[in-house]
Amino acid sequence: MQQQELIPHLFRTEFSKITAVLCKLFGIEHIEVAEDLASETFLSALETWTYKGIPENPTAWLYMVAKNKAKNYLIRNNLFTNKIATEIKSGLPGKEEIEIDLSDKNITDSQLQMLFAVCHPTISAEAQIGLALRILCGFGIDEIANAFLTNKETINKRLFRAKEKLRSEKVAIEFPGEAAINNCLETVLTTLYLLFSEGYYSESNDTILREDLCHEAMRLTNLLIENEQTSQPNVHALFALMCFHASRFAARKNEHGEFILYHDQDETLWNEELISKGAYHLHLASQGNMFSKYHLEAGIAYWHTIKADTKEKWETILQLYNRLLQIAYSPVAALNRTYALSKANNKKAAIAEAEKLNLKDNHFYFTLLGELYTGIDNQKAKQHFEEALSLAKTQTDRQTIQKKIDQY
Amino acid sequence: MDEYALIMRHEDGGKTASPEQMQAWMKQTMDWIGGIAAQNKFVGGTGLPFDGSKVVWHNNVVTNGPFGDIKETIGGLITVKADSVEEAIEFAKGCPVLQGEGNSVEVRKIAKGDGAH
Repeated sequence: MQQQELIPHLFRTEFSKITAVLCKLFGIEHIEVAEDLASETFLSALETWTYKGIPENPTAWLYMVAKNKAKNYLIRNNLFTNKIATEIKSGLPGKEEIEIDLSDKNITDSQLQMLFAVCHPTISAEAQIGLALRILCGFGIDEIANAFLTNKETINKRLFRAKEKLRSEKVAIEFPGEAAINNCLETVLTTLYLLFSEGYYSESNDTILREDLCHEAMRLTNLLIENEQTSQPNVHALFALMCFHASRFAARKNEHGEFILYHDQDETLWNEELISKGAYHLHLASQGNMFSKYHLEAGIAYWHTIKADTKEKWETILQLYNRLLQIAYSPVAALNRTYALSKANNKKAAIAEAEKLNLKDNHFYFTLLGELYTGIDNQKAKQHFEEALSLAKTQTDRQTIQKKIDQY
Repeated sequence: MDEYALIMRHEDGGKTASPEQMQAWMKQTMDWIGGIAAQNKFVGGTGLPFDGSKVVWHNNVVTNGPFGDIKETIGGLITVKADSVEEAIEFAKGCPVLQGEGNSVEVRKIAKGDGAH
């Protein structure tokens, strides 16, 4: 029993470390070799540990086996030795001299560099997230398929194409240069933001998996924070945003797995530790003169950690949305901004603004109008909720809207 | 879709406002711009504070501020996207500057830079 739990846990963390180090060593064109060697290492563990028991230091055992397998691979595969070993070290090394560095520092460096490689702009965002989950988080193909609500075949194809692209573009596994780092970092942050959102808003019923996605996004963002070159204000801002959102995990769903809306959440279930951590990083984000949409979104998320409905709270949130929309429009931000307007100014003004939003194919638009008309014109409110119901795509959304309609 | 500049004109730029008035006016302006941005029609904006402004005249004569002999001053401008000049006019109508009598918002289509205008 103990072993069955230990191996998946080790697999997640150590698979990604071994793959990153080997891939960094071999080059992106041999990414599958790196993955295969890491997988074989775990297969050996499974076989050996079943009979001999778990070694005292499982991680050290895995690294030793991985190193040997990598060396054997290099020795056995002549072509590989000639082509790659020459590139690994200047001059032809003796085959035994090939050093496979699985130190903490090299693991972290390799993972960070892989992160930059995976977030290459020529790869679609979906594929970037898939690759990150596979290579950097050690998720299985079936887990990734579950998170994206699709099948293994689709994910396999998507990852295969993305790896082909990395090969054909000859993407180097290295730190971007001083001049390029800000642009590259931008893409990396977008991917991490999407990875987190995938977990936070996913329709997948697997709660543990969804939270794992968020935690992995936070772990990778933390890698950037711990590196001097990439520890920049917008990285802190993104991390703060993630902390504030993650603080509400326990309060977001009831025992039946149904979503609980923000107003109805039990704030004693909010995670205070994550809220203070978020506040700490938001403070670090405001040092220096860098400013990003993550700063604004983290600010908005911070104010949502204060449950009390004050004028000051909603006025501040409104102004943050006003600025966010100027630099990064999104329908969700437009709708939330209008809700904040109703709280900071009044419902009538918000209705007038809402009706100017051209979002008539969005069920949240009609949910918002339903909320705004509630208490002003209940007949209209009900009509809007019914319109929302007809547009809602997921079971959770339909349930939430139906509850609103039932109030009338 | 075309881009339009909405140019805010004040009849008398020399008027001073209380901090409370300034704050209320700031909020209204931010809400006005936010409302346009929420429709994904905001392009950019440039505020033009009166403090420290100068006017350069013929023969290199420099005077303080856009005030004095000039009756109207420009308080700022924003650029919006609009399908028609009518839509741009609707945006302009919401500008809080218009609460002041004699103030105006000038709506000007921005040249596309394709040499065809």
